[in-house]
Amino acid sequence: MSTRDLFTFRNGHFRIGVGITAAILIVTAIVGFIVLPFAQPWVQFADVWDAICSAAGVPQRAASVTAPEQAKRLSEVVLTSNTLARPSQEAIGRGATLAQRCAICHGPTGVSRADSPNLAGQYAAVIYKQLHDFRSGARTNAVMSPFAVNLTDQEIADLSNYYAYLPRLPAYHPTPQLPKPNIVIYGAPMRGIAPCGACHGSLDNKTGSPWLEGQSEAYMKAQLHAFASGERRNDISQQMRNIARAMTPQDIDAAAAYYASQPPDVVKAVD
Amino acid sequence: MLVNKKLILAHFWLAFAVFGIALTLGAWQMFIRSPIGTWLSNPELYYRSLTAHGTVMGYVFPTLVAMGFGYAISEAALQQRLVGVRWAWAGFWLIVAGSIMAVIPIALGRASVLYTFYPPLIGNVFYYLGVVLVVVGSWIWVALMSVNLRVWRKAHPGAPVPLAMFANVAGSYLWAWTAVGAALELLLQIIPVAAGLKNTIDAGLARVFFSWTLHAIVYFWLMPTYIAYYTIVPRAIGGRIYSDSMARISFILFLVVAMPIGMHHTFADPQVGAGFKFIHSAFTALVALPTLLTVFTICASVEIAARLRGGRGMFGWIRALPWDNPMMLALAFSFVMLGFGGAGGLINMSYQLDASIHNTQWITGHFHLIFGGAIVIMYFAIAFDLWPHLTGRELIDVRLIRTQLWLWFIGMIVTTFPWHWVGILGMPRRMAYFDFGDPAIAPQALSVTLSAIGGFILLASGIMFIVILARGMRAPQVDAGPYRFALAVHQPATVPVALNTHALWVALMIGLTLTNYGYPILNLALSSGTSVPAVYVGAQ
Repeated sequence: MSTRDLFTFRNGHFRIGVGITAAILIVTAIVGFIVLPFAQPWVQFADVWDAICSAAGVPQRAASVTAPEQAKRLSEVVLTSNTLARPSQEAIGRGATLAQRCAICHGPTGVSRADSPNLAGQYAAVIYKQLHDFRSGARTNAVMSPFAVNLTDQEIADLSNYYAYLPRLPAYHPTPQLPKPNIVIYGAPMRGIAPCGACHGSLDNKTGSPWLEGQSEAYMKAQLHAFASGERRNDISQQMRNIARAMTPQDIDAAAAYYASQPPDVVKAVD
Repeated sequence: MLVNKKLILAHFWLAFAVFGIALTLGAWQMFIRSPIGTWLSNPELYYRSLTAHGTVMGYVFPTLVAMGFGYAISEAALQQRLVGVRWAWAGFWLIVAGSIMAVIPIALGRASVLYTFYPPLIGNVFYYLGVVLVVVGSWIWVALMSVNLRVWRKAHPGAPVPLAMFANVAGSYLWAWTAVGAALELLLQIIPVAAGLKNTIDAGLARVFFSWTLHAIVYFWLMPTYIAYYTIVPRAIGGRIYSDSMARISFILFLVVAMPIGMHHTFADPQVGAGFKFIHSAFTALVALPTLLTVFTICASVEIAARLRGGRGMFGWIRALPWDNPMMLALAFSFVMLGFGGAGGLINMSYQLDASIHNTQWITGHFHLIFGGAIVIMYFAIAFDLWPHLTGRELIDVRLIRTQLWLWFIGMIVTTFPWHWVGILGMPRRMAYFDFGDPAIAPQALSVTLSAIGGFILLASGIMFIVILARGMRAPQVDAGPYRFALAVHQPATVPVALNTHALWVALMIGLTLTNYGYPILNLALSSGTSVPAVYVGAQ
């Protein structure tokens, strides 16, 4: 018997093999695409075709509703982990010149005495995003916005690279080191809060998230409250707003106090 | 007739060497995230180790065993010299090169993405290229198995293909087709991003591609074990295969239904329709069939051996079995672990029950019990059985072999039973660290500690295994005679063409892949807006 005799209905093995396979496929398809969808009384289908499409995972078009007009601008910055990778020495130098106008609040060495964020050694992508958002109006601040509004793309990139280049220094407001609070290490799973440390250092770091060790306690508290109230809204997909809204005031105090008391992490060589 | 012994030995030695390294990493991982280890405070090191462990144990080790065993089967069962020896060596060196290429980025912490890749996580491109080389090397083996069978058929027109070779080629075809899913994922989705050509990735589609590979790969791992059940065990314990046809039907059933079931790995994924999940769940239930057939046939074959040795009574024959024979011991251990692991698998494949254990430690416990337990213990047995024929030297210390097998069995049970248990309690998998001081998980500390102790028992057994094989290379020379496979009670004189060739079943396998994967893949591939930004490992 050759292969030619194999693929023919005269061959019993072919009949049985293909027949049983097809029968199982048809039965499971009918059950999976018709019977089970209708067995869910809480889901309404227009007709059988609708049920089949739903079970097959056809993307459902939402009723044509136009998105509501945004009263406030949203952040349009796109960050990848290659953003601002490998800056040139010239770019850092230009940034250093530009940074003189920032020194009044952020400190001549990038370490603030005025409860403004410490920028020395902050990730370039973080500064880049915030400056863009201040410029576009996605984030507003009475002091900061006027500084940012006239910056060019090049200047923003240079400033970001300059501050990222500076060594991380201990801040001016060290307090006794505190034990790691639960919110930083475990988050609050029952309230859908991931650990702060999973993005902001202590455990891990994610693109676009600033490291927080040694930052001003007052500043961090203010930002968390601003996220919670919706006053600040330049976080991507409401990541920080969702977290801040679910945090209790005690969580906010604990997280801010903990990070403020930490010395900056040893700078990891990142290229 | 084993001619290319060096080729086969090279595959086995490389397989067991990398296995030894990955086993050590595994034991360390169990220890470091258990209450008896002090946390290193750097999760990245844990994931680095985990990636190396998974990549070696999932891709390199079983593939090399299947290849080495496959070459041995081709020569011994077909009684012909291997055709394409140079190609076989090329495949071997491709795997060596691929493994080295993949391990370097892992060791540098540039590819801590775990062996299942987990897009949108993206590691160094050389890691993925290394895995591709390993797969390409194994495809050479697939082609060679097919070519060798064809050469034999030409010389023996119409003759029944020896069972071992029939099963071996079925396994190679299964691997060829199942590896396509991961290959598509790597070539179309991940490597362009890792190479910097794109910076977004369709993670949902990538996961569906991977599920194509992820389940059937387990049956590829399983194939050498099942071949050993059917064609080595009955001969080694002095019995016969109860039914040659039943064996063939089991292997072709694996070909047909091992493939279109992978979406039970994506039950929790929103990008796949519930109807397809149901179909995959139903076909997963069918895959129990060839295993049940095998358990029945092998138990019957073993009973034949026992009765030939004078066993009597309904169950009394069990006592008459050669329990001091390592092959008997390995089979019994393998079956016990297969039983428990298979029962756990029924829970994983059920859409509803899966919800309670999805992504928990139960899953890791499950696949360690099935793969590390039921499958790998038979790899040991295969090596013990083949070694004298490959080296021309006797494995003298049977007592040490028995101890090694016992330790592996005990170690695997001690490791995986508590592992399943903490999974039921909800402990998530893929976590580098647990604070057992927290009252919420403090009660799980004991189970996790037991698991870690089991890991060390396994490590001890693994070291013993390598010592046994290494000592076997220096033992006194002995003529082991020709390598034989078990005969059936009724050796077939003729076999229907459907049970002597693979074409029909390969066609059904591909057909079911199209029906069960075609629409979900096309739907995701053609929908716009399904990509997400890549997350680069090690980037800030």
